[in-house]
Amino acid sequence: MIQATVMGLGLAAPGLDDWAQALPCLRGEQPWPGGALSVPSPTLLPANERRRTTPLIRLAMGVAEQACAQAGIAPAELACVFASAEGDTLIVERLCEALSLPEKPISPTQFHNSVHNAPAGYWAIAAQARQPSTSISAGPASFAAGLLEALSYLQAEQAPVLLIAYDTALPLSLAPHGDVQQSFGCAMVLAPQDEGLAQLACLGLASGKPSTLAQPEWEVLRRANPAAEALPLLAALARGESAQLALRYLDEAVLQVQVG
Amino acid sequence: MPVQALRLSHYTVSNALGHGLAASWQALREGRSGLRPLDYAPVLSGRPLQTWIGRVEGLEAVCLPPALADYDCRNNRLALLGLQQDGFEQAVAVLRERLGAARIGLFLGTSTSGIEETESAFARRDAQGCLPAGYRYRQTQGPFSLADFCRQYLGLCGPVQLISTACSSSLKVFAAAERHIAAGLCDAAVVGGVDSLCQSTLYGFNSLELISAEPCRPWDAQRNGINIGEGAGFAILQRSGEAGQGPRLLGYGESSDAWHMSTPHPEGDGAVAAMQQALARAGLEASAIDYINLHGTSTPSNDRAEDRAVLRVFGNNTPCSSTKGWTGHTLGAAGITETVFAALALEHGYMPQTLNTRSIEPGLDAGVLLHPREQSLQTVMSNSFGFGGSNASLILGRAG
Repeated sequence: MIQATVMGLGLAAPGLDDWAQALPCLRGEQPWPGGALSVPSPTLLPANERRRTTPLIRLAMGVAEQACAQAGIAPAELACVFASAEGDTLIVERLCEALSLPEKPISPTQFHNSVHNAPAGYWAIAAQARQPSTSISAGPASFAAGLLEALSYLQAEQAPVLLIAYDTALPLSLAPHGDVQQSFGCAMVLAPQDEGLAQLACLGLASGKPSTLAQPEWEVLRRANPAAEALPLLAALARGESAQLALRYLDEAVLQVQVG
Repeated sequence: MPVQALRLSHYTVSNALGHGLAASWQALREGRSGLRPLDYAPVLSGRPLQTWIGRVEGLEAVCLPPALADYDCRNNRLALLGLQQDGFEQAVAVLRERLGAARIGLFLGTSTSGIEETESAFARRDAQGCLPAGYRYRQTQGPFSLADFCRQYLGLCGPVQLISTACSSSLKVFAAAERHIAAGLCDAAVVGGVDSLCQSTLYGFNSLELISAEPCRPWDAQRNGINIGEGAGFAILQRSGEAGQGPRLLGYGESSDAWHMSTPHPEGDGAVAAMQQALARAGLEASAIDYINLHGTSTPSNDRAEDRAVLRVFGNNTPCSSTKGWTGHTLGAAGITETVFAALALEHGYMPQTLNTRSIEPGLDAGVLLHPREQSLQTVMSNSFGFGGSNASLILGRAG
């Protein structure tokens, strides 16, 4: 069993710009407003760098900034785990459109933005973060796999770690051929110390069904974005409750976690 | 934290040198490059590109099992071809029998996954601009495609991760696997990486003016860029007591440059951090490393930065070489490919030269080998550095 303390949280969902806005909705005190995701504008990035980024990069950085601010830990001190199921599908669309033209007009910026670790690269530069950083995918299990990576890093190094999970809705051309229908991002700073927002323990992989959310609209969002598989955990954290949860993994497996 | 005692009990590579370990080993011994003038069909019909590539023969004929046909793409064909060499999939089956499928982790790296499918689908859009009906994003181009295919093919159901940090991807798989085993999340792991030719990387690196029109020449005064290669490599990582023979994983290091998206820190700061962390984890002084397989891509700025970094950590006495002149730069498969080359160096006491390189650029002073050297080796290092400033370094120790 791996234990950690949740130090800070970040969130961006359709109609909800940050964790503070999400709190009453996740507690069931207010309905989820829905609508479109307003892509964050990360403050760490200088304007000239921000122009070179994509919505996916800004989404990842925006929720990461929120989590660091709440944790009160300098971003430069945090190792990072970036988890995204499908990567930057808007860049894929633009790149493949360009390659379908005779002149193959790919720009250098487009090309370096096409790597799965582009958000991690921009974050490291903006935050001057030189700690280890990884960028992963585990398809529908991306959030749970990211959490396992973050917790195993924390356990091995006894150092704080920033987990960011994010995916943007597929662009028009790819939407009929893939699964991500809504944009969603969340981030959490996890640390080995005792004082923080809540305790989190990882109980391991097991067979079972993922935990669901009481509000049907949250359930729809959970199923529309692999990063939103974090919602059962985020809702428990928002309510400040102790709970044992099952987060979606692959096939019939779930990742069991305990919060409180 | 030092690493626990883990070994690479089995490993295999397939690349431009051929299918399986023996083909790579023979070519390394004979100084025979796998590079050839670009003959990758999708580019031949497009805008002309002058370069050499490291292409794997025979991928066009590889058939995925019918149950996994949705995953068909060049990258997963290369993965399947790779898994079928050197008795690797049989070794995984034996391990699965012993430990149980749920106790074996799977950690694979790729950079571009099956993007060739999407490139092809965009070229075949209909009059309304719609992609062909049979095109499948998640199973082919999605980053998880490779790991999803391999876990089903190998029948594994433990923790799974697809790492995609550009050219460091399949070196970082060792670090993630070690952490998961140490945390008790699995008892052994299959690690590896696969990357395959596509237009995105050929024209993309070309847009950055990093593609060489000639066979690449790492560290050479006349070097002018990379040759893109493709490759697959896999290893089984197990606890020492259970693994029998095989090189030991002694340490790894990971760092971020925080400098530039596509250019390394000019003094190699991030590379220094990764190498020093690997040494610290292994509990070794720099002088204990007998050979370094460099990242050595053959671009002017990459080799200069790595030279600075190696000099800062090791001085100019540690023999090192880049093997990109054999395979080309296999990007997301470079880490596993060159770790296996480093394991072959350990096993045979043979350090390959930096192929194609004639005269080293004045001012680059690392101990780069222009001729092979035979010598018993105890510890070797492999380096991989990628876009986004992602650095990784690994140390292997001799079996026994």
